[in-house]
Amino acid sequence: MNKNSRRNEKNAPTRGKGAKNPLKTLKRLLVYAFSRNKLATAFMVIFVLFSSVTKITATQFVAKIINELSMPVNGISPDMVGIVYPSIIAISAIYLIGSASDFAYNIIMMYIANGTLKKMRDEMFAKMQKLPLKYFDSRTHGDLMSLYTNDVDTMRQLLTQTIPQLISSALTLVAVFVYMVIYSVTLLLVVLAVLIAIIFITKFVAGKSAKYYLTHQIALGGLNGYVEEMTEGQKVIKVFCHEEKARERFKILNDELNESGRKAHKYAFILGPVNNNLGYIQYVLVALVGVMVIAFGGESALLSVYCSALGNGVVGMIIAFLMASRQFNMPVQQVSQQLSAIVMALAGAERIFQMVDTLPEDGGGEVTLTFGENESGKWAWKKPAADGGYEYIPLKGDIRFDDVVFGYTDEKVILNNISLYAKPGQKIAFVGSTGAGKTTITNLINRFYDINSGTITYDGLDIKSIKKDDLRKSLGVVLQDTHLFTGTVMENIRYGRLDATDEECINAAKLANADFFISHLPEGYETKIKGDGANLSQGQRQLLAISRAMVSECPVLILDEATSSIDTRTEKLIEKGMDKLMEGRTVFVIAHRLSTVRNSHAIMVLEHGEIIERGSHEQLLEQKGKYYQLYTGAFELD
Amino acid sequence: MIKTLLKSVREYKKPSILCPIVMVGEAVMEILIPFFMAEILDKFEDYIQGFPLDINYIIIRALIMILCAVFALLCGMWGAKLAADASCGFARNLRQDMYDNIQTYSFANIDNFSTSSLITRITTDVTNVQNAYQMSIRMLVRAPILFVTSTVMTIFIEPKMALIFIGAAVVLGIVIAVCMFRVVPYFRTMFKKYDNLNSVVQENLTAIRVVKSYVREEREIEKMQKASGEVYKYSVKAERILTIMMPSVTLTLFIVNVINLLVGSNMFLGNIEGNVEPTDIQTLIQYSAQILSGVIMVAMCLNFISLSKGSMDRICEVLNEKSTLPKSENPVKDIKNGDIKFNKVKFAYTQKADKYILTGIDLHISAGETIGIIGATGSGKTSLVSLIPRLYDVTEGTVEVGGVDVKNYDMDVLRNGVAMVLQKNVLFSGTVAENLRWGDENATEDDLNFAVKQACADEFIERLPGGYNYDLGQGGVNVSGGQKQRLCIARALLKKPKIIIFDDSTSAVDTKTDAKIRESLIKYAPETTKIIIAQRITSVQDADRIIVMDEGKISGVGTHEELIKNNAIYKEVYESQHKGGEESE
Repeated sequence: MNKNSRRNEKNAPTRGKGAKNPLKTLKRLLVYAFSRNKLATAFMVIFVLFSSVTKITATQFVAKIINELSMPVNGISPDMVGIVYPSIIAISAIYLIGSASDFAYNIIMMYIANGTLKKMRDEMFAKMQKLPLKYFDSRTHGDLMSLYTNDVDTMRQLLTQTIPQLISSALTLVAVFVYMVIYSVTLLLVVLAVLIAIIFITKFVAGKSAKYYLTHQIALGGLNGYVEEMTEGQKVIKVFCHEEKARERFKILNDELNESGRKAHKYAFILGPVNNNLGYIQYVLVALVGVMVIAFGGESALLSVYCSALGNGVVGMIIAFLMASRQFNMPVQQVSQQLSAIVMALAGAERIFQMVDTLPEDGGGEVTLTFGENESGKWAWKKPAADGGYEYIPLKGDIRFDDVVFGYTDEKVILNNISLYAKPGQKIAFVGSTGAGKTTITNLINRFYDINSGTITYDGLDIKSIKKDDLRKSLGVVLQDTHLFTGTVMENIRYGRLDATDEECINAAKLANADFFISHLPEGYETKIKGDGANLSQGQRQLLAISRAMVSECPVLILDEATSSIDTRTEKLIEKGMDKLMEGRTVFVIAHRLSTVRNSHAIMVLEHGEIIERGSHEQLLEQKGKYYQLYTGAFELD
Repeated sequence: MIKTLLKSVREYKKPSILCPIVMVGEAVMEILIPFFMAEILDKFEDYIQGFPLDINYIIIRALIMILCAVFALLCGMWGAKLAADASCGFARNLRQDMYDNIQTYSFANIDNFSTSSLITRITTDVTNVQNAYQMSIRMLVRAPILFVTSTVMTIFIEPKMALIFIGAAVVLGIVIAVCMFRVVPYFRTMFKKYDNLNSVVQENLTAIRVVKSYVREEREIEKMQKASGEVYKYSVKAERILTIMMPSVTLTLFIVNVINLLVGSNMFLGNIEGNVEPTDIQTLIQYSAQILSGVIMVAMCLNFISLSKGSMDRICEVLNEKSTLPKSENPVKDIKNGDIKFNKVKFAYTQKADKYILTGIDLHISAGETIGIIGATGSGKTSLVSLIPRLYDVTEGTVEVGGVDVKNYDMDVLRNGVAMVLQKNVLFSGTVAENLRWGDENATEDDLNFAVKQACADEFIERLPGGYNYDLGQGGVNVSGGQKQRLCIARALLKKPKIIIFDDSTSAVDTKTDAKIRESLIKYAPETTKIIIAQRITSVQDADRIIVMDEGKISGVGTHEELIKNNAIYKEVYESQHKGGEESE
């Protein structure tokens, strides 16, 4: 798993780079977008086809009319009824079909694109829920967020504009090319010569532009990072009167951004007029060469099947050819302007697919958690027996570590040969400095991470044999960093157990001593929490997190620095509630304050991933070891 | 609003004005080309009908056309450069102006904006405005010119035809305007739904451990599907209108072409009065396309601008936010001593709030005193000390430092004289020395050594690879909490302040080191007033006086012994920390 994800890492395009495997990604994206809507896709292609063919055909009819009108050689007046009017009617019909097809393919594409984007977002999100924590550890939130924002956005343009345009451009190119071959091979050569020049210049200019867009991206990242860091510390800047310094550095970064942006945009903007005006030059050259060839070489030198074999007039042919040459350049121009969009979209798609392809967290074993199914009528593990039946093991909360070795990466071992046990109803505390491995131990119990070697058992069952969701359901956790969700206070408490009544939630809040501040909020329990509880103090958020754990009624509790931001007086006030919460449950406590862990059944002192001391508060004090030193303040925690 | 934004154009006024003019040059050239083309074809037609071919005439016309195209090309390239200069430069100035203004913000202003919203405003919002500006200077003048000159050219050919074109343009303009009018509100709603979707993802990311612990993945997925469903609903609503718009534009163009053919051919034959040659029909078709594309371009520009209005609003909010701390007229440039006086101080964070954080504060602290402050979360400890370096202004009453009202000081002088070690403290990317020199840019190595020694940071800095040159990483991630706090203290000490305030600044430092820092402060800076906010009684019990805060009021002032005797809150806190022996964190 680990190896696999690292290999993927190497293949993923970094932000600001093109896709590693553009063709494969494009193919996959097309299949992703269109395979769900085969019928609609078929219709869309047909309508795009109609739309481009009608536009070209209409142009031919226009040429035919002009030809007829300018042919009054030998005094024959133009045939209005036989040729001009029917042509106009034909053109009208063609235009109507064209517009209708335009509308039809646009609307189909709109639904396909929006549906695809919705599906993509939903699937990414659903996938994200199943990814192991390791995945999140190795990426910043900003990176993951831009999958949903930037990368999906570039996809929108690709699907709604670029792809239909590519289809129609390809069709137009082929059709117009055929027409031009029929009209005049000589003139076609002129068109092709200029086209080669256009492609050449476009490649050069677009290449420059892409190069500066890359530096632009990097400069933008630099500025973002600076603003983020500095704004985070804005109050420190104020306190140290550092404003002028902050401005100066910002100015340097801002100027860099301006410089690269200016160049990137300049080349991008130049592309339009260059293509457009080279097109005009081509147009003039075609006309000039056409006239010259006829004047000096005669009509036959134009190598025109249209005139010689089909007997049409030369003027009409040249006009038709001129129009066709404009139509021929249009797709080239459009595609060249979409080039950077395509490159960006494919890089984004590659990143998205890479995320979707990441292996999910495994679901765990076959043992499930049941309530009230066996004779005791309480929580029990349901284990499939060899004979096809089930064996029920009552959930007691007995957790044992046997020789556990663990590291977040293969290179660095965090926990070394950890063995410990927590008997049902015991309170086990972990003490030690930052990085000693306290939180890691609790992360292993709920299988946020899997151990390298050794075993962890839960009521005698290897935790790997238990279904992961059920394992986690049996563990109530209050984490070091409290997180709340947008919604009311009540909803946030109910997060612990979805079927908890209002009364149960309020009771839990009362036990956690949160009721007091909640009732002082503008709308009490119905107060909306926004932005991860930005309107609450850290201490208040922790009280809510504790209420949430109380509601969950889990048989085993993990309290990771659950009261670190609560002042000692309030902590004293909620002590009773906490005792009630811990009553009869197996509890793992990690605490900064030694007063919190004092009355534990056993205290483990961790250092560098090993348990160096264990025992009750009194025993450890008597040992006069590390715990004693910590307790008397000779060492700093954290 | 637009006026506020345009103030930031400044030195880019020249390219901003020149760019549309150059673009007009390009547009006019482009319009001349079909006109000359028609002339060539006319001659050619004459030749087919038996007249001698005037080669020179044709070559001259062709050369003029090529010159036109080359001139248009040059104009286009110059215009592109000008547009890039002007729009990027405008964006640069906008960003700089915003950031400069943020630097003048008071704490109260900073509280109004979240970090992430400031980042979005400086980056994404500015980019949106930049795009709208770029569109405006490139298109908003060019498009009407394209429209007008094309119309003029058609009048040259046949005024009646021009009338048809103008009529079509008006109809098209109305159709587009109606579509836009209907589409913009949908887009606005869609952007809101989009924000909502982003916040669902963001929240899920930050709380992924909670989600997994409580096995709430399914519920989160439901939430997301609801959010993405809303986005889908409104983007379909909005885009459905846009999809009607484009085909109706092409349809209008087609109808104009058919009329053009019908009327043109009859004019040529003399059935309808008018002067149209067959080749003119072709030219007219080209002009009609240009006239209508002018209309479309204007519509698209306006659309862009109206969609970027939200971004403009958000930028203006940052630019228009005025510091809540008015500057003093005749600023006092010197702080006499570290004497502090609170006279009948009342304080609330916002003007509107009816709830005062602090009330009835009367307090005198003499220079050189060591003061401890203790109290529960939310009792107003931090608010009290924030008034001393004038991080906030009092709502009522006065705060004096060195016998002068803090409002009368030059801000930099006051804040350099009153060092505050914040509760939520931050170190910045860079080396240890760079971070320390925030306190005093010109600090010598000896100054640094002295400060870190007082803050008891000398030992661990020595052990860091590279010592003072050790890179702290973004936000100082490469050192532990206790080490970070000591660096922050050393940084503040380098200011050699008259008053130093520790707002819970040693919570992660062990009690022994904590005591050592306090001892060295008393020893090396006897004249500096020292104010220490702490959760731990041990951190304050040796202070000259201790202030006990409770619900925004001073509940008691006195020495440790006095307060144990006669302050119930103090006694309670003391006991909660001392049950069964020495307390430590």
